[in-house]
Amino acid sequence: MLYFTRWRALGIILTALIVCLCAVPNFFPEAQVKTWPAWAQRRLVLGLDLQGGSYLLLEVDANYVKKEKLDQVRDDVRRSLREAKIGYTGLVTRGDTVEVRVKDTDLQAALTKLRDLSQPIGGLLGSGTQRDLDISDAGGGLIRLALSQPAMVERMRKTIEQSIQIVERRVNELGTVEPVIQRQGNDRILVQVPGLQDPTHLKELLGKTAKMEFRMVDTSVPPDQAQRGGLPPDSELLMSQSSPKVPYVVKKQVLVSGAELNDAQTGFDQRTNEPIVSFRFNSTGARKFSQATQENVGLPFAIVLDNEVISAPVIREPITGGQGQISGSFTVQSANDLAILMRAGALPAPLTVVEERTVGPGLGQDSIEKGELAAYVGSIMVIVFMLLTYRLFGVFANIAVAINVAMIFGLLSLLNATLTLPGIAGIVLTVGIAVDSNVLIYERIREELRGGRNAISAIDAGFKRALATILDSNITTFIAAAVLFYIGTGPVRGFAVTLGIGIITTVFTAFTLTRLIVAGWVRWKRPQSVPI
Amino acid sequence: MTHIVLIGLGILIAVLTVVSVFGWLPSLRIVPDDTHFDFTRFRRISFPISAALSIVAITLFFTHGLNFGIDFRGGTLLEVRAKSGTADIAAMRTTLDGLRLGEVQIQQIGGPADVLIRVAEQPGGDAAQQEAVQKVRTALGDAFEYRRVEVVGPRVSGELLAFGMLGLMLAIVSILIYLWFRFEWQFALGAMIANVHDIVLTIGFMSISQVDFDLTSIAALLTILGYSLNDTVVIYDRIREMLRRYKKMPMPQLLNESINSTLSRSIITHFTVTLALLALLLFGGHAIHSFTAVMMFGVVLVGTYTSIFIAAPILIYLGVGEHREDAKEEAPPAKKSKA
Repeated sequence: MLYFTRWRALGIILTALIVCLCAVPNFFPEAQVKTWPAWAQRRLVLGLDLQGGSYLLLEVDANYVKKEKLDQVRDDVRRSLREAKIGYTGLVTRGDTVEVRVKDTDLQAALTKLRDLSQPIGGLLGSGTQRDLDISDAGGGLIRLALSQPAMVERMRKTIEQSIQIVERRVNELGTVEPVIQRQGNDRILVQVPGLQDPTHLKELLGKTAKMEFRMVDTSVPPDQAQRGGLPPDSELLMSQSSPKVPYVVKKQVLVSGAELNDAQTGFDQRTNEPIVSFRFNSTGARKFSQATQENVGLPFAIVLDNEVISAPVIREPITGGQGQISGSFTVQSANDLAILMRAGALPAPLTVVEERTVGPGLGQDSIEKGELAAYVGSIMVIVFMLLTYRLFGVFANIAVAINVAMIFGLLSLLNATLTLPGIAGIVLTVGIAVDSNVLIYERIREELRGGRNAISAIDAGFKRALATILDSNITTFIAAAVLFYIGTGPVRGFAVTLGIGIITTVFTAFTLTRLIVAGWVRWKRPQSVPI
Repeated sequence: MTHIVLIGLGILIAVLTVVSVFGWLPSLRIVPDDTHFDFTRFRRISFPISAALSIVAITLFFTHGLNFGIDFRGGTLLEVRAKSGTADIAAMRTTLDGLRLGEVQIQQIGGPADVLIRVAEQPGGDAAQQEAVQKVRTALGDAFEYRRVEVVGPRVSGELLAFGMLGLMLAIVSILIYLWFRFEWQFALGAMIANVHDIVLTIGFMSISQVDFDLTSIAALLTILGYSLNDTVVIYDRIREMLRRYKKMPMPQLLNESINSTLSRSIITHFTVTLALLALLLFGGHAIHSFTAVMMFGVVLVGTYTSIFIAAPILIYLGVGEHREDAKEEAPPAKKSKA
C-alpha cells in the first residue's frame, strides 16, 4: 500500500497537476482568455443565479398546432371533393377528426379521392408505412379522417424546430450576450439570457406570433354596418392595434404575406419626424405587391399583424420597387419591435411563458460574495479542526483537501460547467466528504496501532482497510448525485455536478495523493511511531 | 471586517501547521480510544422513540402539511429591495392587496430594505401568472430594485413535484440495489428502513419549521440520504469485516464492537460537516438558508443517530449472522468475498 514505483508516483502527480491547471483560466479576465488558444479557453460559467439574467421556459401550444392541421385537412377535403364533383354535407372538425358525409353511391369514389390526401410521414419516423391520416368509413356515408399519433408528433417536432429558429432570431436582435436557446422535452423551449434584468420586453417580443399579412380593405360596407351583421362572406372585421380600437372590414384574401419579406428597418419620416418601419419584399413578394397595387390605385389596403390592423394606407400610385414603409402611431420602441418581428418572421404557433426566473445583478453579486465567504470560513474551520485533531497528519489531510478542491475547479472548468449558488454549497459539502476520507484512513491507522502493529504495518493496514470503505460510501453518495443531476434543472443540477465531481476527485485523492504523501513521509522519516 | 477575520484565521492556520509539523501540538481526542458503549441494548429505547417520532412526523405532514414553495405550488415570487433603504411593509401590503391577486405574502428578509413577496397561483393558466407579475411590478413601480422574480405556471409546478418525488424514489431504489450487490439483502433492507426513517423525520422537521419546500429541498433530502447512507455503509462495512473475523461472537456484542470502533470516525466526520454547514448557514445568505437548515437537521441530527441506533441494531431483527456456525471455520477470512 505504501510502495509506489517512480513512474506511478510521477503519473499521479502529473494528473493532479494538469487537472488543477485547468482551473487557471478562471483567474484571468475573460477578454484576455479569449486571446488564448482554443484548448485553453475552457472555464467555469457562472449560473444565472450568480451573474444575473433571465430564464424563460416557453411552451408551444399543442392544441393550436393540432387545430391548424385539422383546419388544413378540412380545407383539403373540401377542395378534393369539389374537384371530383362529389356532393357532401356536414364537413366539420370534431375532436381529433374531420368528418364529412357523402351519398352512399359516391362513397367509394370519395374514399379513393380522400385517400390521396394521406401522406407518408417522412423524417426521423419515416418507416415508409406510416401515414399522417387514418381514413375510415364510419357507415351511413360518414367518412372520418383522423390525425395519426405519429403525424402529430412529427408536426410538433417541426413546429418546435421552426419556433426555435424564430426565437433565436428575435432574441439575438436584442443584442444580448450569449443567450442560450434550447429545446426541452416535446413542446418546450428554454431561453436563458445572461444579464437581462427585466424580461418584460423579451416576453412581449416572444409572445407575438407575428403573422403578417398585406390585405385589401373592403370598402363596400362601412365598418359600423358590418358590425351590425352586414359582413360580406369573403371579408372579416378586424380591430386596429392602436388604441382607441377602430374596426376595419378587411378582405380575407392575402395579397402578400410576411414570409415574403426580405428586410425591415426603422427610420424616421422626413416630413413628420415620426418613427416608421421601412421594408423590402423578396422577388415573388415584390411582383405580387406590384400587381396588387397597380390594380387597386386609390383604394386602402391593410397591414395586418396577428389579426390586428397596424395601418391602412391608401395606395396613391403603384409600388413596383418591392419597397414600402409603414407609418402609424409608433414610438421608437414599438417601431423597432415591429421591425425585429418582421425580420425574424412568424412563429408557427403561439408560445406561452410557463416558467420564468430572473435574478438581478445585485443579488447575483451578493450571492457570490456570501458563497465565497461561507466557503472560506467553512474551509478554515475544517482546516483548523483537522490540524488540532491529527497534527502532522492533519497537515497531510489539508494538503490533500486543498488539491482536491483545486481539482474540482479544474474539472468543472474542463467541462465548461455552470457554477450556481447550490453548486458552491456542493463544493463546501465536498470538503466535508473529502475530509471524511482522510478521517477514515487515520482512524483506522490509530486503531491498527492500538491493535499492536508497528508504525509502518499499521499505516499500511489502515490504508488498505479504509480505502474499501471509502469506495463503498462514496459510490452511494455518487448515486444520489447522479439522480439529482438527472432530475434537476438549473441550480439543482449545478449542485449535483459539483457534488458528483467532488466525489470523483475525493476518491482519486484518497487512493493516490494522500497515500503518496504519507508514503513519502514514511520513506523520508522511517518512523518508529506515528504521531497521530 | 470579514477580511480581518479571514486574515486572522489564515495566520492561525499557518501557526498551527508549523506547530503540527514539528509535533509540538498535543493530539486532540474527541472520542476516547477504547469505548465500549452498549449501543445495541439501547435499541429497546431507540426503536420505540424512532417509531413515535416517525408517527409524529407523518401526523404533522398530514395536519400541518409542507410549506410548498412556488416550484411545486405555482405562483410568483419577487424579491425586492427598496431604493430608499427601508421598505414600508404596511404600505406595500395595502398596494398589493388592492390588486386583488388572492393570497399575497409579504415578508422581510435580511436587512430592512429587502422584502420577499409571494403571490399565490392565479386561476386561468400560465398567461394569468404573467399578468399578475406585471401588475405587481407596475403597482410597486420604480421605488424598488427587482432582485429576483420567479414565476412558475401550474403545469410546470405539477411536473416539478412529480419529477422531484420520482427522483427521490429512484435514488433510494438505485442505492438499495447497489447495497444489495455489495452486501446482503438484510443490509440493504436495514439501510432502507434507516433511509425512510431519515426522510420521514426530515419531512416532519420541514413541516414543523414550515421552511419552503421546493426543488432545493429535494436536493437537500437527496444529500441527506447520501450522507446518512455513507455513514451507514461505513458501519456496515465494519460489521461485515467483524462477521468474517469473529464467527462465534454473539450478534449484539459484534454490533457494539463495530459501532464503537467506528464511533470516533463518525463523530469527527460529523463535526467537520457541521462546521462546513454552519459556515453556510451563517454566511451563505438566505437564498440557501432553508437548504442548509434542512441539511443541518438531516445530516447532523438524524443521520448520525440513525446509522448508530437504527441501521446497525436492526440487523439483529433481520437475522444477520444467524447461520454463521454453518460456515467453514477454517476458511481464511480475507479471501472470502461474502460474509
